[in-house]
Amino acid sequence: MRKLWEVTKLIRSKNSGPFELTFDVIFKDHATYEKVRDAKLINAQWFAKTYRLQPEVVSIINYDAASAIKITIPRPAISGDVDDTDVFGGQQYGPLVDLEVP
Amino acid sequence: MNEIRVLSATGILGSGFREDSLKRGMALRPDFIGADSGSTDPGPYYLGSGERLFSDSAYKRDLRLILLAARAAKIPAIIGSACTAGTDGQVQLLVRIACEIAREEKLNFKLATIRSEQNKDYLKHKLREGRIRPLANAPKLDEAVIDRSAHIVGMCGIEPFVEALQNGADVVLAGRSSDTSIFSALPVMRGINPATVWHAAKILECGAACVVLRKYPDCMFATVRNDSFIIEPPNPEYRCDPASVASHNLYENSTPYELVEPSGVLNTFSAKYEALSDRAVKVSGSTFARSARYTIKLEGAELAGYQSLIIGAVRDPIILRQFDSWLEGLVRAAKDRIAAVFGADVEPQYRLDVRVFGKNAAMGPLESDTSIGHEVGVLFQVTADTQELAAGLIKSVSHIAVHYPVPEWTGLITSIAYPYSPAELHRGATYRFNMNHVVEPATPLEMFHIDYQNV
Repeated sequence: MRKLWEVTKLIRSKNSGPFELTFDVIFKDHATYEKVRDAKLINAQWFAKTYRLQPEVVSIINYDAASAIKITIPRPAISGDVDDTDVFGGQQYGPLVDLEVP
Repeated sequence: MNEIRVLSATGILGSGFREDSLKRGMALRPDFIGADSGSTDPGPYYLGSGERLFSDSAYKRDLRLILLAARAAKIPAIIGSACTAGTDGQVQLLVRIACEIAREEKLNFKLATIRSEQNKDYLKHKLREGRIRPLANAPKLDEAVIDRSAHIVGMCGIEPFVEALQNGADVVLAGRSSDTSIFSALPVMRGINPATVWHAAKILECGAACVVLRKYPDCMFATVRNDSFIIEPPNPEYRCDPASVASHNLYENSTPYELVEPSGVLNTFSAKYEALSDRAVKVSGSTFARSARYTIKLEGAELAGYQSLIIGAVRDPIILRQFDSWLEGLVRAAKDRIAAVFGADVEPQYRLDVRVFGKNAAMGPLESDTSIGHEVGVLFQVTADTQELAAGLIKSVSHIAVHYPVPEWTGLITSIAYPYSPAELHRGATYRFNMNHVVEPATPLEMFHIDYQNV
């Protein structure tokens, strides 16, 4: 078993505007990307459970051109609002890093 | 062959670029130099207050090199989203800096400024007409929200830039603009295929962000033709490959396949990315569909209050063992104390929030691992209607927090390590983004004001 960080070039989170949060998982090689993509390892149910959300709000897009999987969710708070924790949205990817990949 | 060569100076004006990279880019004979100067990334403060992300010196350094290069080559320099949020005041600041540079360097040019701040009566009228629509996850918009806003800007498309260039502007300094419009205006004006242009612009607007390993901010260069564009960094230390260029579509975008612009939607689903060398990439195959209705995105920010904070650390294992209940009791006691000192009617005038570092300070409600280690950091945050009130309230919190008991210890304990004297920090005004909407203007120009001056 390898961890997701071991098979990726980059796992990141970032605002997609002040009202959405987007996650990019960019794989080192296309074959591993296809394996993870086809196994639907990163799916709305799993992501929602990991991030304490409803699965309906989780959007997942496979992006073959960059061997990447993108996940987008509504921000729990508007960027920079009184109850926001991360203005750039840059430190939200932690729970993805150690996901086990077959 | 019909082509436009574009030099993007940097991803955001003020963050810098290598002088040598700009020179190398200029040697490739660009048709114009573009730079984005804004972002909503650093939050609502810059739109709300009119302050800017970088120092005036940082803007001046970057703008000086751009203006010197552009004037020497007699090509336009186009800057959008002036000084972070692109308010009228921020455009004015950039104009002042450009004029200083012109004086110091003895430059002459025709300057166009594009103002993007919006008239509140115009927006209310559009709202009543049903010509303002919400985008994903938008907060509720009504006339009261418009009235409360400190500043509202509209994100302009290419049309005001085209207008300014057609009127002979050498330098364009614009308020809030779509990042890609800065780079699309001139190529579209010269008749290049919009699909290729908008895709190239999306890659260019972040400067060197699309290279394989970006170590520092820098320039980017693109040659844009009807059927494809070629992207190649002028800096010899940098290289692009098909994956790095394709990956850039992911950045700060909820989908890598679509980019919504005022006049239409770029679709990159069928795009092809080919390596031309070990550092240049050719991109082709995107499409651009004109929208039935032209739309301008709005950004607004309103005052959310004034804040005072205390930062402290807790190390006692006895407290940490019962941390949640200890903190809950502390907050209750602090609120009781506030009511006793300031009266019960102070309640609606403030909120007290606590951030616990070492537990869920980064992810808040998204965090599922709320276990704590041998030490936690605590940040108490009071947000109130005035700074004076916030400063008064935080003093009550401070004293309660530093001596809040646990049953295991008898006598007076000191329960938090404060690194500062005084413990309190005063942050001033804090703002909130309050719009994620688009307006349908009658024409692409009606929401923007273009002025010209000879500098």
